[in-house]
Amino acid sequence: MADPVADTAPAPAPVSPRAARPGPRLSAAVRENIAGWLFVAPVVVILGLFLLLPILMAMWVSLTDWNGQGSPFRSGVPFVGLDNYTRLFTEDGLARQDFMTSVRNNFYYVVIVVPAQTVLALGLAVIVNSRMLKGKTFFRAAFFFPSVTSSVAISVVFLFIFANSGAVTGLLKLFGIDGPQWFSDSRGVLHLLLGGLGLVDPADPPAALTGGGPFGLSWWEWLSGPSVAMCTIIMLVVWTTSGTFMLMFLAALQDIPVTLEEAGMLDGAGRWQRFRHITLPLLKPTLFLVLTLGLIATWQVFDQVYVMSKGNPAKTTLTPAFLSYQTAFGSFEYGSGTAISFVLFAIIVVLALLQRWIMRDRDPARRTRRS
Amino acid sequence: MKRRDSRSLASTFAGYFVLVFFALVFIYPFVIQVANSFKTEPDAAANALSPIPHPFTTGGYEKVFLNTDLPLWLGNSVLVTILVTAGRVLLCSMAGYALARIRFRGRKALFSAVIGVMAVPPVVLFVPKFLVLNQFGIYDSYTALVLPLIVDAAGVFIMKQFFESVPVSVEEAARIDGAGVWRTFWSVVLPMARPALITLTIISFQGSWNEFAHTLVAVQSPELFTLPRGIADLVSGSLGKGTQYPLKLGAAVLATIPVAVIFVVFQRYFVRGANEGADKG
Repeated sequence: MADPVADTAPAPAPVSPRAARPGPRLSAAVRENIAGWLFVAPVVVILGLFLLLPILMAMWVSLTDWNGQGSPFRSGVPFVGLDNYTRLFTEDGLARQDFMTSVRNNFYYVVIVVPAQTVLALGLAVIVNSRMLKGKTFFRAAFFFPSVTSSVAISVVFLFIFANSGAVTGLLKLFGIDGPQWFSDSRGVLHLLLGGLGLVDPADPPAALTGGGPFGLSWWEWLSGPSVAMCTIIMLVVWTTSGTFMLMFLAALQDIPVTLEEAGMLDGAGRWQRFRHITLPLLKPTLFLVLTLGLIATWQVFDQVYVMSKGNPAKTTLTPAFLSYQTAFGSFEYGSGTAISFVLFAIIVVLALLQRWIMRDRDPARRTRRS
Repeated sequence: MKRRDSRSLASTFAGYFVLVFFALVFIYPFVIQVANSFKTEPDAAANALSPIPHPFTTGGYEKVFLNTDLPLWLGNSVLVTILVTAGRVLLCSMAGYALARIRFRGRKALFSAVIGVMAVPPVVLFVPKFLVLNQFGIYDSYTALVLPLIVDAAGVFIMKQFFESVPVSVEEAARIDGAGVWRTFWSVVLPMARPALITLTIISFQGSWNEFAHTLVAVQSPELFTLPRGIADLVSGSLGKGTQYPLKLGAAVLATIPVAVIFVVFQRYFVRGANEGADKG
């Protein structure tokens, strides 16, 4: 594939003599223009064909009931307007129920994974960075390694580790605990918690909660928390992503001048105070970056769901990304599938903007206080 | 003074304790993975935690090579990874160089477009990508596996950042000597870009070797499966009877080894790659 590109790229040379005729100054500018565009041409063409064009095509397909037969632009393809979208929000039915279930599942997943991986990454970075400890390189490598391995391979390992006769169950048995049957356990953790506290009986939830609720799911269903099966995916993802974020924190920590820390020490600030009032404020940009990247990535969880659970048990590990794939390639409802993709896109964009807005709102306040 | 010493000793000890504990948590799953791939199926089921196979057997590996299409997946993965990595390194450094150094019209707008493209979540593009591959009639082919992955906006960004950090004087000298843009790029600038090129090569290699989701929307014939796709297929139950964990874990080990080797050899470039990702935010 690289050959035709390599052939076209040196083209500025034959072009230049022709461009040289009007005068040296103009020719240089023209030559730069041509050279520049030839250098970026492959990237522009491929990003255009496989990024921009797909989005435009998908916008059209999401307005149709195309079933995968022939071209979606044939005249026979039924145009349904915004039906594929409204079905996800306003029409009572399986499509909405599945979609809302997937949003609920992913929401709980995000709410646990993002704080957990951020805190773990920051904690590990601080300890690895501490000057008194040796073996920094080894620990850094150990924590980072899971992030670079294949998500599919790692999912297989976790399937094995959490299997009914697997390592985790064996480990819990050492402590006298009977572990759950991880991958077939669809019980919500929040339900279990409420039941454990004796507030609600999960087997017979109060009618006020089961009676109704927004978007076709009852309040009781919304309040499920992640299922036990989803918790295994949560653990896997926190385990794999913390290493990358740890490196980001580590790089930021190494940029903090040692003198600042020493000044804090001289002022008699304790370890926690120094961290809270010196280190943490300086880490704020990195913290914001890690939270944003985490938020964006967690709404896209797919590989692990595909390998470990395919949305089961009882649809409690279904996520919008997987539902979109399943709807398009499993049920051949490409219109619905692309509509779900776009709604997911909107969710990610809105959350990213919201987060930026919240963080920005805080900054001026701090600045005025300081001055 | 003494109290302070014992306190710092205690905190050093606590620090090591936490580090060693987490190092175990992060590394032990790989130990389990390798150990169990050399176990018999009953042994793996009964003693999953044990790092020592009893009895030791290579049966899982024999089965995965002889009874599954793994050799084929391995070949496809190698082919796709080489093509994608070579393509990305060449095309991203060309575009990065142009965006950093060549003054052409529309450069700024194009760079904003690249940044915008990086922000589009890949998951959103699954079904749309299939639509385009299908429309062009290249669905279910090697072209579909390779071509959409051959360019990466983040790679363009990394190379642009790097070229901007190189002093202009060297290029100017080459230009004055009469070298064209391509000559300057190919024989003067690129050789200087070695560290950035190695970083880009490594993250491209790692990304394309591990790529899974794209293969789902690009191909469906088993003879075009790459290793991650093949393993996912094994897990989905194409094996028939039993859980056959030693075999599956063996396949997972084979998928992990190349990245692990590169990781050990080029660790600092991996670290740099991760932090380049941080800079773009």
